[in-house]
Amino acid sequence: MQTLAPDSEAELLDMVRAAAADRTPMAVQGGGTRQGVGRPVDALLRLDLSGLAGIRSYEPQELVLTAWAGTPMVEVEAALEGWGQHLAFEPPDLRALLGSRGTPTLGGALGSNFAGPRRILAGASRDHFLGFAGVSGRGEAFKAGGKVVKNVTGYDLSKLMAGSWGTLAVLSEVTIKVLPRPERACTVVVSGLDTAPAVAAMTTALAAPAEVSGASWLPARMAALVGLAMEPALLLRLEGSGPAVAWRARALSAMLERYGPISVLEDEATAAVFQQLRDVAPLAADPSRTVWRISLPPTAGAAFLAALPQAEGFIDHGGALVWLSVPDAPDGGAAQVRAALEPHGGHALMVRGAADVRAQGEPFQPLAAPLMALTARVKASFDPLGVLNPGRMYRQI
Amino acid sequence: MKMPAPDQATMGDRRRIARDLRRLLVSGALIEEEDERRAYESDGLTAYRAMPLLVALPATTAEVAAVLRYCHDKGIKIVPRGAGTSLSGGALPLEDGITLGLRKLSRILEIDLPNRCAVVQPGVTNLAITRAVEADGFYYAPDPSSQVACTIGGNVAENSGGVHCLKYGLTTNNILGVEIVLTTGEIVRLGGKHGDAGGYDLMGVVTGSEGLLGVITEVTVKLLPRPEDVRALMLGFATSEAAGACVAAIIGAGIIPAGMEMMDRAAIHAAEAFVHAGYPLDVEALLIIEIDGPTAELDHLSIRIEELGGGCGSVTCSTSRSDAERLKFWAGRKAAFPAIGQISPDYYCMDGTIPRGQLPHVLHRMGEMSKRFGLRIANVFHAGDGNLHPLILYDSNIPGELELAEEFGSEILRLCVEVGGVLTGEHGVGVEKRDLMGTMFTDVDLDHQMRLKCAFDPEHLLNPGKVFPQLRRCAELGRVHIHAGAHRFPDLPRF
Repeated sequence: MQTLAPDSEAELLDMVRAAAADRTPMAVQGGGTRQGVGRPVDALLRLDLSGLAGIRSYEPQELVLTAWAGTPMVEVEAALEGWGQHLAFEPPDLRALLGSRGTPTLGGALGSNFAGPRRILAGASRDHFLGFAGVSGRGEAFKAGGKVVKNVTGYDLSKLMAGSWGTLAVLSEVTIKVLPRPERACTVVVSGLDTAPAVAAMTTALAAPAEVSGASWLPARMAALVGLAMEPALLLRLEGSGPAVAWRARALSAMLERYGPISVLEDEATAAVFQQLRDVAPLAADPSRTVWRISLPPTAGAAFLAALPQAEGFIDHGGALVWLSVPDAPDGGAAQVRAALEPHGGHALMVRGAADVRAQGEPFQPLAAPLMALTARVKASFDPLGVLNPGRMYRQI
Repeated sequence: MKMPAPDQATMGDRRRIARDLRRLLVSGALIEEEDERRAYESDGLTAYRAMPLLVALPATTAEVAAVLRYCHDKGIKIVPRGAGTSLSGGALPLEDGITLGLRKLSRILEIDLPNRCAVVQPGVTNLAITRAVEADGFYYAPDPSSQVACTIGGNVAENSGGVHCLKYGLTTNNILGVEIVLTTGEIVRLGGKHGDAGGYDLMGVVTGSEGLLGVITEVTVKLLPRPEDVRALMLGFATSEAAGACVAAIIGAGIIPAGMEMMDRAAIHAAEAFVHAGYPLDVEALLIIEIDGPTAELDHLSIRIEELGGGCGSVTCSTSRSDAERLKFWAGRKAAFPAIGQISPDYYCMDGTIPRGQLPHVLHRMGEMSKRFGLRIANVFHAGDGNLHPLILYDSNIPGELELAEEFGSEILRLCVEVGGVLTGEHGVGVEKRDLMGTMFTDVDLDHQMRLKCAFDPEHLLNPGKVFPQLRRCAELGRVHIHAGAHRFPDLPRF
């Protein structure tokens, strides 16, 4: 595969326009750390955006940052840290999980719309994506959104780009909302709970005005993997000013006493554990197992996991996300996983799986016919010739 | 304001269309009489009016689908309408189009507290959602100032905000799923009680699409636990620069208040005269800052905000000691629009967003414009997120003043774009800012948006004449033109 690496917007436009003229499919990538997600792209060209890097403007007091899409996430995070700010959606680094190399980029974080545990309080990357410039599959440069935090001018195409996996347009420049980094964090841990009582305790905690910024549950083995005791752990993260965190930890502990023994992790331990959850570290080992990301109603996790005794998983996003690892199977467990999910509603994305399983199967949740048809029309409106990551999300588009 | 030329054949066919629709609307209703249709001839942007061909009020999703399918087959245009509170003319009728009112779909279908969500029909009012769950300690966060009247379907269509969106986000950040009916009558569900979209985030793009992509028939909203305590601070400043610096200092200190509102001298005086909220009258700018959370945190935060205000030269500062006092602080801000209505026969409310740092410059320039146009102006401002609401005071009984006010408004919005902002922060483009879209977007930008429209509604039957300055045929938009000069890849091996 030939690699094209533009280092300017003009060059990017030229390259996409040329590929469109030739009907030449391109595999679009930022740092290339998530190429293993979705169906393998059958392309003759690789479009590598890592050269289109650098922060263009950062206005801490406006809570806005504009950067080239290929900017490494570490560069963004370092700039924000200097002003006591951060990306509230906690973009994960999935290199260990996916066994990939390269550097996670800002564009990649937006293109995949993954978010860490703070999703329950701060939303996903789509909620922080304010505007962009890019090149559509038509080989035309266009922009949408704005560079201010509140804007409803025209369609919110940033939402559409978030989670489109490079199949609609190649982002060149992106503007995101940034937020103050909390002063302090701690975690209230309830130990020894099985999934059902853990979900119940989580529901209790999230119905309280404690601004819980991470609500996850780990089975014993995974708790040990992230450095906790070898017993199931329900983790409830609290962030904010010193007095607020201390007060909320006391209130939450009192509320959850009836569920099980409680302990508290302070700042550093909280950061270490939640970074591992963000990066799906508990499932990183044993690359032969297929890993699924299940989005489901928050209270469905226990019943869903119970229906899959062969699988191992942990719960995040206050119950609305299950990370699942299943033993080797010809379809990567797709049929079983989706059958278990069906009664609850939601969707299952194969995040790690063998290339042939991904190529022959449907790593993205299959869509009902009218929605699939609409999805195909949306794809065609941006990329009528099918040159951008064709087949990555759905076989037919 | 130029709207698409009405189709005379459709208008001539009114009786037959009415007869057909009556048959489809079994539990719903059809409004045919001219005096009854008149109630629908405008929305919150009352300067624009048009008599709808007919008003259909379906009562079920199936009826919505049936009406849309019928209109699709006959090529009849549709204007969806919630409560009709749009300030940008989003629900302005078409003389050859059916206004599709969703008010009869007004049931709360399910309250699911363990999953922290509610499933509601589009005609439920914004405030009714909070009312239905507040006894259990929950609420629905977005709170547009029309929340008593406006409906959730309209909120989704416009991506409505409110004074609390600084901390809690707009509608788009507070919904989990929608059911929409496409122009063909097909019913599509996007999202649900789970979090992320499984494929393209079509819910995200339907939100704020101003009724151009589909008709919303059900919404799953996120419910949040009500904060333990709420407090408001009121700080007065001798200059708008000092107030702006205070806003920047608060955010710079890592504090994101639940709401942060600014009023200028004209707005303060009008509001005080109207509701006697106890506002200081000798200041140029007033900040109302609301914080929420545990009481212990509010004690800590209110002292810090007071200090930051002092550092920026605040001349007055008071902190609410009770909920009654907090609401009194807000009373003037919430009544700012009617208060302006007391001192001027008419006013025109604008809605641009600017980078906050540009506030003093923008206020100065608006002051100059006010002199030049000979029209007074008052400003209320969602200071935390840079969303300006200048109110232009005019008298529609004076010939030419409305046009002058509109020209003034356009100039303000152009200024917002010039300083790096946008045309609309929360009211939508509608017909009002349609012809200004070119100041923010190129034709290529707008064509990409319009092609998305084509993916949902290739015949432009849904709310045509809104948002886009020019209607272009989808077939024409879909053509791919790749000009010579593009590099090709002759050396690639092909199979």
